Amino acid sequence: MQVTLKIQRFNPEVDDKPHWKEYTVDVERTDRLLDALHQVKWHQDGTLAFRRSCAHGVCGSDAMTINSVNRLACKVLMADLGSRVTIEPLRGFPIIKDLVVDMEPFFDKYRSIKPYLINYDPPPPAERYQDAEDRARIDDTTKCILCGACTSSCPSFWGNPEYVGPAAIVQAHRFIFDSRDQGANERLEILNDRNGVWRCRTIFNCVGACPREIDVTRAIGEVKKLLLFNRMV
Amino acid sequence: MYHSFDVVIVGAGGAGLRAALELGQLGSVAVLSKLYPTRSHTGAAQGGIGAALGNSEEDLWEWHMFDTVKGGDYLTDQNAAEILTREAVETVYELEHWGLPFDRTADGKIAQRPFGGHTHHFGQGAVRRSCYAADRTGHMILQTLYQQCVRNNVQFFDEYHVLDLLIHEGVVCGLVAYHILTGEIHTFRAKAVLFATGGMGRMFKITSNAHALTGDGPAIALRHGVPMQDLEFFQFHPTGIRGMGILITEAVRGEGGILLNNEGERFMERYSPTLLDLAPRDIVSRAIYLEEKAGRGINGQDYVNLDASHLGREVVEAKIPDIADFCKTYLGIDPAVDPMPVQPTAHYAMGGIPTDVDGRVLMDEQNTPLPGFYAAGECACVSVHGANRLGTNSLVDIVVFGRRAGRDIARFIAQNDFTPLPADSESRAREEVERLLHSSGGESVADIRRELQAVMMDNVGVFRIEPQMQAALERVHQLQERYERISLQDKGATFNTELLEAIELGYLLDLAELTAASALAREESRGAHSREDYPERDDENWLKHTLAYRTGTGVELRYKPVSITRFQPKPRTY
Repeated sequence: MQVTLKIQRFNPEVDDKPHWKEYTVDVERTDRLLDALHQVKWHQDGTLAFRRSCAHGVCGSDAMTINSVNRLACKVLMADLGSRVTIEPLRGFPIIKDLVVDMEPFFDKYRSIKPYLINYDPPPPAERYQDAEDRARIDDTTKCILCGACTSSCPSFWGNPEYVGPAAIVQAHRFIFDSRDQGANERLEILNDRNGVWRCRTIFNCVGACPREIDVTRAIGEVKKLLLFNRMV
Repeated sequence: MYHSFDVVIVGAGGAGLRAALELGQLGSVAVLSKLYPTRSHTGAAQGGIGAALGNSEEDLWEWHMFDTVKGGDYLTDQNAAEILTREAVETVYELEHWGLPFDRTADGKIAQRPFGGHTHHFGQGAVRRSCYAADRTGHMILQTLYQQCVRNNVQFFDEYHVLDLLIHEGVVCGLVAYHILTGEIHTFRAKAVLFATGGMGRMFKITSNAHALTGDGPAIALRHGVPMQDLEFFQFHPTGIRGMGILITEAVRGEGGILLNNEGERFMERYSPTLLDLAPRDIVSRAIYLEEKAGRGINGQDYVNLDASHLGREVVEAKIPDIADFCKTYLGIDPAVDPMPVQPTAHYAMGGIPTDVDGRVLMDEQNTPLPGFYAAGECACVSVHGANRLGTNSLVDIVVFGRRAGRDIARFIAQNDFTPLPADSESRAREEVERLLHSSGGESVADIRRELQAVMMDNVGVFRIEPQMQAALERVHQLQERYERISLQDKGATFNTELLEAIELGYLLDLAELTAASALAREESRGAHSREDYPERDDENWLKHTLAYRTGTGVELRYKPVSITRFQPKPRTY
């Protein structure tokens, strides 16, 4: 099938501001949008820039805004997009070139919430035990691949780029609710900040954007509840 | 730009990150990655990491060692396999202590499940050895190691593409890298360099490998006279999604999934009466090809079915949720109901940069080290995988030998000073970039790459025969000539991924040449190297490792012996 890709282009070496460019590609219905982007890059316009690596939705490189929704280009099939597809870089991040945005501010926020297991006890010679139910509590949030689709879909983040954002809260949740972790209070302190969880207005855009189908708003809600009612010791 | 660190690590997958953590505060360390670290392909590993914890049933590291040696068709170096399987146990505990969210048994221990070629009592039957976190074990390992690096303030250079290794008077003294954001060339002076750049599967058409897996480290080492060991052994994983190559983990079969041909027959009963669908990957991939050749592919075509529908929705959703997600996304099917169409997919290079068990790169059959140069993970060849890697052992490899390389580097940097950089250290890298940017020969990177991938898949795949490999080698030579005449449209300095793809294609071409040449020379069938014209294993003449050098006049092949300590070679049946 023939599809028109309308792609937002920006080359900082020649452009003052982003502009649109259209490409027509011949694709199979089962092709990924990433395949269509490769067709453009490999056979029409080698200057088009986008990130990609695994091509099957696990590395998180190719999050972009596709027909106004944040998705991974490798995890959406052409059959689901229609004959005209609009592709933009993730919103809320500085554009580097075309569909490539600066992810440094995103990873800075990730690093700010202490994204590592904190446990002050000396480890046992074998594994620490964990009940299957305790493990299940972090099953959803440990799936996060840090693609940025959720944070970039969040109107609260657009309004205030200082907001730590849903992805960082998901990562904090993954440790706060891990029965082996002892750093909950340190993280809750960080998230109780004016740019922490309270910026979330439960708009739910993040849930629709997450390619890993993480229930992001629920995770944020659990962190909020913990702050309000039940501060961990 | 100029930087100076005690150690520079290239690659931020499991091996590179694990080495960085081992170095800790013992020296200044920089980790370069052409991606963001969490995009590394370790994150795509699914089924588990093998270690004889014995959490669900009796298990011993000696059994794991035997399986690794036999799985590698006795080409595995047994001194290294012993280290791999002994140290697997403590490295898995270490990952758990760092927070890795393994699935758990009813009593709270790390959960384990069966995997291909892993047995109890030296081959008596399948054993639960694969420690897992659903079907996203690699993701959890990568995340956990990166988290620890954040905690330890490891210094990363994200989106830097390595271009050259610097050697002065026989000692490695740094490297040159390309900053993707700006197009600037950076020199990193270092006492030691570790390559942990991952695989090279993108030389094949159908592959489970990420686009990034273009053998950067091995190809650069090769250009400096380092040989490549055992490149003829490339693993084709039996169950890739038909046409796409996306991996369907062996854990599907570990949980009880079975392979069926067009007659609905569980054909592995004929090929592997004891381990059935959990035979090692080389054997299962060959079985699938033979079924297709005999007209028993589904609808007479080039695939078979992987059936997990009898496991029940609960098992599918709990144990292989990502597989279910891939099937839904890319095939529109539900593995709790429908069979999955699968075919072999190029998956893993057993060969690579020759190293000893401490990650030191070895230059020849006398095991002469190149001081200051280390390699670990898929880009290295220790050799723990021999002629065929067992499932779960790649994740063991990266943490065990990443850690050991880190330890030896710590010793090396304490004992050695910086070596002066060679004059014009950046000239080679700058010339390559300038040549590619300004070449106007009209050849296309995409066309050459597509032709390379097709000829390697067709002619140097699961089954091999002399005339086809010969043709592949000649074709690669033609493609190398055409590569000299490629032209790029993007001449810019900012995020020029077209330039990077051109550089990567150059790496792939060199490694494909050596793969084909090494395969052509090995006149026997062993592990993943299966010759129709030499169907038997030949220990008398070929129980030895290949060392392939790239010289001015072509490929030079040398050989070195295999370490055999505990297990004498025997016929390999399952």
